[in-house]
Amino acid sequence: MTMRTPLSKVRGLGSAKDGTEHFWHQRLTAVANIPLVLIGLYLVVSLVGAPYDEVYQTLSSPLTAIFLFLFSLSVLAHMKLGMQVVIEDYVHGELNKVLLVMLNTFFVLFTGALILFAIFKLAFGA
Amino acid sequence: MNETKTGMKSRPLSPHLSIYKPIPTMVASIIHRITGIGLYLGMFLFAWWLFAAATNQAYFEWVNGLFGSWIGRILLLGFSWALIHHMIGGIKHLVQDTGRAMEKNFTTKLAKAHIALSVILTVLLWMAAYAVR
Repeated sequence: MTMRTPLSKVRGLGSAKDGTEHFWHQRLTAVANIPLVLIGLYLVVSLVGAPYDEVYQTLSSPLTAIFLFLFSLSVLAHMKLGMQVVIEDYVHGELNKVLLVMLNTFFVLFTGALILFAIFKLAFGA
Repeated sequence: MNETKTGMKSRPLSPHLSIYKPIPTMVASIIHRITGIGLYLGMFLFAWWLFAAATNQAYFEWVNGLFGSWIGRILLLGFSWALIHHMIGGIKHLVQDTGRAMEKNFTTKLAKAHIALSVILTVLLWMAAYAVR
């Protein structure tokens, strides 16, 4: 006999309360990262050794700005999820684990803020 | 965790990493994880480069100079290899998520090809980068 209610079965969420969301978002961003990273590599390689004016022109164009926005969101989400798994796998002390998972979130948000600020400043001028 | 009581014989443990001979699938797997951690840190370098481009010409040229120095180039070489290796590994994972390509002899070949391909593509990428300028 099972103690689980029909509702809990239907929801399919375990004790972590978020079911397969982590797994799914990891895959979703992984798929998105394939074209985004390939375009990103092309962008970086095309700007290798280029003078500042050319770099500025390219990075501030609308299409590049939109690309950089999508690229950053997908990559940052993916790396946050990935690092969280690494921490959960290797850090066993409960307090250390929670602190590192928090630090992971802060690092990703800080990096994201830096990137978004740069994208907007490049795109809208200042 | 499972503290052994005094006088009690310690329980047998399953063999751990140091016991196993490294096999290709194992190596490819741990490299996937290590490159993931490397890329995590590398994304900060990308953020810095973008931030520098948004700041002004003098700061951008200083940051670009750091990336262009020999130590910067070695770092970027490692970063680009990590990116390529992690992407091939990721595609492999996506295929295996569907239950395909799981046979043991095939996965061993796949792991070897994975590592070799990541090196080849990195060399090609750098040849392209040098060809640009």
